[in-house]
Amino acid sequence: MSALPHKVGAEAIAEKGWIVAHKWLLLRRASQIGILLLFLIGPWFGLWVVKGNLNYSYTLGVLPLTDPYLLLQALVSGQTPEKLGLIGVALVVLFYLLVGGRTYCSWVCPVNLVTDFANWLRTRLGLKGGAHLSRKTRYWILGMTLVVSAITGTIAWEMLNPVSMLHRGLIFGIGFAWAVILVVFLFDLFVMRHGWCGHLCPVGAFYSLIGKFSLLRVKLPARTDCNDCMDCFAVCPEQQVIRPALKAINGAPPVILEENCTNCGRCIDVCSKDVFRFGTRFGASVPGVSGTVSPVPK
Amino acid sequence: MENAKKPKGSSRRQFFADTARMACGVGLLGVGLGLYARHATALPPAALRPPGALPETEFSAACIRCGLCVRDCPYSMLMLAKPEDPMSTGTPYFVARQAPCEMCEDIPCIKACPTGALDHALVDITKSRMGLAVLVDQETCLNFLGLRCDICYRVCPVIDKAITLDPQRNARTGDHTLFIPVVHSDACTGCGKCEKACPTEIAAIKVFPLYMAKGQLSAHYRLGWVEKEKAGGSLVAPDAEHQYHMPEGMKYEYGKGLSVVPPAEVAPDAIPSAPTPPAIRALQGGKL
Repeated sequence: MSALPHKVGAEAIAEKGWIVAHKWLLLRRASQIGILLLFLIGPWFGLWVVKGNLNYSYTLGVLPLTDPYLLLQALVSGQTPEKLGLIGVALVVLFYLLVGGRTYCSWVCPVNLVTDFANWLRTRLGLKGGAHLSRKTRYWILGMTLVVSAITGTIAWEMLNPVSMLHRGLIFGIGFAWAVILVVFLFDLFVMRHGWCGHLCPVGAFYSLIGKFSLLRVKLPARTDCNDCMDCFAVCPEQQVIRPALKAINGAPPVILEENCTNCGRCIDVCSKDVFRFGTRFGASVPGVSGTVSPVPK
Repeated sequence: MENAKKPKGSSRRQFFADTARMACGVGLLGVGLGLYARHATALPPAALRPPGALPETEFSAACIRCGLCVRDCPYSMLMLAKPEDPMSTGTPYFVARQAPCEMCEDIPCIKACPTGALDHALVDITKSRMGLAVLVDQETCLNFLGLRCDICYRVCPVIDKAITLDPQRNARTGDHTLFIPVVHSDACTGCGKCEKACPTEIAAIKVFPLYMAKGQLSAHYRLGWVEKEKAGGSLVAPDAEHQYHMPEGMKYEYGKGLSVVPPAEVAPDAIPSAPTPPAIRALQGGKL
């Protein structure tokens, strides 16, 4: 904290009020907890809106949803799903092509609640430094899990996957999955900032591949208003995604096209200058705002 | 020139070093994960898969651990493996002694499965093979001890086909019958009702996964009596007449043992045309 000149987001709160300065964060928590509750009211109260878990779920007896990464591991190990499984995977891929691949991470995944808490605590405790690892590690792990799945003929990552362990654990009985989640929490708290979600998790890595082509994006129509307060960098779980669009590196358009942006919207919240907003990947040139033409002369 | 070259070479070296480090680190993780995943495909003997489950090695690849089968089981007897259980995490199983499969005719667990992990081609629950009942302990089985417990036989959903009671002489008392429960693999679905119902402290009859419970004859083995029936007669015709060589005045009958020949039978011309067993014919022929 001491390294920062001011409290992150303080300006935005002063400018817009606390609620507006936390709008997307609150909505995101509502989404994460709401989705979890939808799964939980079945076993808790016998209200079966959704059956299953994030691997595959069946909503109201009409809507199948299948995790595409899981299904890919099953495919490489030589297994094909039934009709509902296939429809489910098509719907999920289509949905995340619209809203952004890693939107799954920040709006749905229950582990995000754990790692966000770890990061909040890390900031609160003023913990600095820690291990360094390339953010590309997750793609290596993603590739490795597919190879191991193919060789062993199993869905390899399911042996360790904290995402499904936590989600399934909350719904079907946690067992020792809490220990795995605790390890992830402690890793993010003490070992590496944004360690799990930002560096290691192959589930997120897979969704980011969908995110390469997705529609919904964070746009920066007012990027020239940026006063370099750095608050957006401080809150962003994937800091590398902001710079090109914000600083027009190599003439980048004012839209975050990086596949690892999780569309969490925290940058929109904390910006007192309202540089960011949600939009589509197209028409990055907003009428009347700079950024239409490459701001960096070639 | 020299200065311009140096950083290029060192950055390439750096690239290879980084790549090697990444590949080795993740590779190490991968080997561990692979070994762990392989080990987890060995299903513990007490855990049985739902009806229609693929063989274990394929099952752990096909099952996406969603728990839909668990949800749609009207008897809530299926569980999902927790991380500490010695099988693939998140896969469904049941323990017969705790709660056996109730063998629903419409098999809702299979219908709920979004993958091929539970074989959707299975529509007749009596054709399912979740495991095979084995009477593992003849020392504690009450029927083996001479009681008419018969519970496993009575609770069996495929009664008189999967388990039959085969009468045997009670050698201990000499004049009672033992009703021995015999499991027939062509009819046993492995539902586990017998194991659940077995009244002994620890079940004397248990359901094991098929790979543990079922033996298999070598491919070249032929059962003589089956072949004979198929051929409609002896394959080594003519059947050799069996010769017994008994002490004088004694006879041997199959299943009865030695006995003294009654005087009437000894008379060679007493019943000359009646069909008599070969042993007696031999006696009559005076071939002792």
